[in-house]
Amino acid sequence: MIVHAHDFFTLLGKIDLHSFAFVRAWRDPSLNQVIAAGAASMVVIGAIALVLLITWLKKWRYLWDEWLTSLDHKKIGIMYIVLAFVMLSRALIEAVLMRTQQAMAVNTPGIVSPDHFAELFSTHGSIMIFFVAMPLLTGLINFVMPQQIGARDVSFPLLNSVSLWLTGAGAGLMMASLVIGKFSTGGWSGYPPFTELTYNAGVGPDYWIWAVTLSSLGSTLTGLNFAVTIYKKRAPGMHLMRLPLFCWTALCTSILMIFAMPPLTVATAMLALDRYLGFHFFTNGMGGNMMNYANLFWLFGHPEVYILILPAFGVYSEVVSAFSSKRLYGYTSLVLATMAIAVLSFTVWLHHFFTMGQNADINGFFGIATMTIGIPTGVKIYDWIWTMFRGEVRFTVPMLYSIAFMMTFVLGGMSGILLAMPPADYLVHNTLFLVAHFHNMLIPGMLYGMIAGYTYWFPKAFGFRLHEGWGKAAFVCWVVGFYLAFMPLYALGLAGVARRTHELFDPAFRPWLIVAEVGGLILLTGLALLFVQLYVSIRDRENNRVPVGDPWDGRGLEWANAAPAPEYNFALIPQVHSRDTFAWRKEHDCAYDPPDEYRDIEMPRNSMSGVIIGVCGGLAGFGLVWHIWWLAALPVLGVIATVIARSFARDVHYTIPAAKVAAEHGEWLRLIRETRPVDRFQETSPANRGLAARVP
Amino acid sequence: MFLALAGCGAFHDSFFNAAGPIAGQERHLFIIVSIVMLFVIGPVLILTPIIAWHYRLSNTKHAYRPHWSFSWILEFFIWVPPTLIVIGLSFLLWNYTHKLDPYRPIESSQPTLEVRAVSLDWKWLFIYPRQHVATVNMLAIPAGRPVHIEMTSGTVMQSLMIPQLAGQIYTMGGMTTQLHIQADHPGTYTGQNTQYNGEGFAKQKFAVNALAPQQFDEWIAHVRATGKPFDAKAYHHLFEKSVEKQPILFSSAPDGLFQRILDRYHPTARASDTNPEVIRP
Repeated sequence: MIVHAHDFFTLLGKIDLHSFAFVRAWRDPSLNQVIAAGAASMVVIGAIALVLLITWLKKWRYLWDEWLTSLDHKKIGIMYIVLAFVMLSRALIEAVLMRTQQAMAVNTPGIVSPDHFAELFSTHGSIMIFFVAMPLLTGLINFVMPQQIGARDVSFPLLNSVSLWLTGAGAGLMMASLVIGKFSTGGWSGYPPFTELTYNAGVGPDYWIWAVTLSSLGSTLTGLNFAVTIYKKRAPGMHLMRLPLFCWTALCTSILMIFAMPPLTVATAMLALDRYLGFHFFTNGMGGNMMNYANLFWLFGHPEVYILILPAFGVYSEVVSAFSSKRLYGYTSLVLATMAIAVLSFTVWLHHFFTMGQNADINGFFGIATMTIGIPTGVKIYDWIWTMFRGEVRFTVPMLYSIAFMMTFVLGGMSGILLAMPPADYLVHNTLFLVAHFHNMLIPGMLYGMIAGYTYWFPKAFGFRLHEGWGKAAFVCWVVGFYLAFMPLYALGLAGVARRTHELFDPAFRPWLIVAEVGGLILLTGLALLFVQLYVSIRDRENNRVPVGDPWDGRGLEWANAAPAPEYNFALIPQVHSRDTFAWRKEHDCAYDPPDEYRDIEMPRNSMSGVIIGVCGGLAGFGLVWHIWWLAALPVLGVIATVIARSFARDVHYTIPAAKVAAEHGEWLRLIRETRPVDRFQETSPANRGLAARVP
Repeated sequence: MFLALAGCGAFHDSFFNAAGPIAGQERHLFIIVSIVMLFVIGPVLILTPIIAWHYRLSNTKHAYRPHWSFSWILEFFIWVPPTLIVIGLSFLLWNYTHKLDPYRPIESSQPTLEVRAVSLDWKWLFIYPRQHVATVNMLAIPAGRPVHIEMTSGTVMQSLMIPQLAGQIYTMGGMTTQLHIQADHPGTYTGQNTQYNGEGFAKQKFAVNALAPQQFDEWIAHVRATGKPFDAKAYHHLFEKSVEKQPILFSSAPDGLFQRILDRYHPTARASDTNPEVIRP
């Protein structure tokens, strides 16, 4: 039977029966294999259930027309965030599995094999960076930024869709690796020579290479798209120094993406050349040198952490100002600090390998450069504190995340300065101290910001507020869980426990590991509560509708339209007179004045090019992973054909007649006249229909 | 309570329990910077909740100035003190980075012991070139004498750290890196690889035995007398993936053994040592 199967599989490259997680579990029903098969079945059952559900609801047409092929920046943004939450669920479960393994494996092998554990930390890291953090911030910027600058869409709507689908293709490869084959064991940074063919002959590193390559291509294109949009599509009067802070951070992040993603693409491509064509860029022998990889990878990797954190800083700037009912303190300082961080982020990458043996002058220089970034970051924190000063602070969910962020992020700053000291880094590099440090930056820094932004802008996307109580419950879990999960890791790192350790040998570590495990479970509960919050909010949506569109007495243009926003965002492109334009207009009682005239609006038509390019990219990646050469080549031809075919498409816009715009806008203005404004005390009550009362 | 007490024992092998001058000074730097940083983050930890709570919406006894958004005095305090602190820390960083450069020999009246270390899957080979002996997973050193370790890897990149004696440095195939350590007193410490390198990673630990000078000489004599011969079989076993249950002692170590391992990754190496990685079918 095996022989027959082998004949059949010749067309399928390196795939054989043993590639399937289910088959491996069938032949060797150990707990380790059963866990792997369980994860695989979650992917398969999840996919089948989704397909059945859509079919049963007869929503394929709707999904295709309204979402998958849409070029609307708002819908693309929402799809990015949906992708991020799906991937977050997987990567967080993996994190809990790793914590469970470590808590159990003190002088015993625990529940997963060493190789499986290595797959877990590799997928966890790769997913969290490339398929959770990046889609979250890309989605949020996509949704918010064009509305904040008074534009109808991004500069290149089709490119936006291509980026989304390339990222989706990478995520698809990550999911496929659970079912067919195994993922890399080389960590999210994929250091050779461990990931070279000599030491890792399986398909794991190839899965990593192509998933990351697809995602990095998507991100490069996204960076270009956002930067051009912010430069070219601002509404009249929206000078750079009137941009909302979130747009400034989006601009800096985009610039970083443009310059930082290509080194990653190059590094993964060179590693692919090593693995596929016998090159020797990073091998031990034949003149290869892995130090070049470390250099390229961190030339991407360090700016990357600022790509992740800057948009969150932007969210905090918006949220703290809105929920303090006050102008942002030190706008110019914040802009300068953001730019300073962006520039400095390219001068510090070497601190990721202080321990590689370069001389003290080099380490000293990069250590000082690293500490220097602390200055603008500290400035930002104080700017938010002084924004609350003499304000009217409301402790809504986004504001709670912001305050928790400020007080927790500085702890990560403290460990960051310690790690910037080369002699201190020698002691805690590669230990759990480092793991605790970057989770301390990424969870309270990045993730809290993204959840705050999600909660803050959700009403703008769907027309109703998220449930406040469940949101607060989730918040408590995210904060308590974070402290319990990561403070013990600081301690264990100081005790000398190496990261990526699947088994420990000192019983004294156990109490710390158990606390961390409990923390991990609480974080998972936090995620579950976010889903509960979403369910409850959708169920009770009629109570929480904010159709007028300004539930938080917002300050930027994104609040100046209905909720949900019309597809063209603004009936007429607004004229900007000041910073915080919408707040200025509300103060001058001209926020809801009807425009003098309405004009026809041209919007981009849907296109399936993005979907096709993404799907082809994913298939080509899969073909390359498994050495199925026909499957690697055909989709590439498909991409080329799609690009050529698209270039002949002339009719890529559709027109919304002025009369229709006038009717919709008139309807909204009528609604405003009939709506009772609410003051800030009623902000989270059903009385809030999205019209803010004038502050006396 | 029990958990807390049990947990404190976790720091036995930590650099907090430093047993030599290098780890001691690294710990010193760590503590100074931690204290400075506590003063830096303290104001944020205090101001954030106080200001947020005082200016809450329901508190009617505070000023509300929605248009106030700038103050030169505050700008000064936001930008200048942090800059001064970073400048101060920079001097500290520069001095300590040079003083504790892992390549810098430790000043001592005692002669330095030369050791060569090779990281393997998943074990460590230590060669004593002057004493002509070698060990696997056992690093014996004389207490009170500086030790110079020149390192390379016989496989993927790894990182050698003995937290109680000194911070880590990577090992890389075909290249050498260096580390200077010293133990002040006789004792047993734990060394490890901190860079993930496959299945046996978690078990890739070795004992560092700091011995009184005379005991060290006795130990060398003991290794010469009772160790296994370092033959071709032993050499090839080094490059097989294995987790060693017990340290291995070799009664002799051929001259140039370290260089021979380095040469595995250079195409000009002697034909007999041709590396299978270099010439692939």
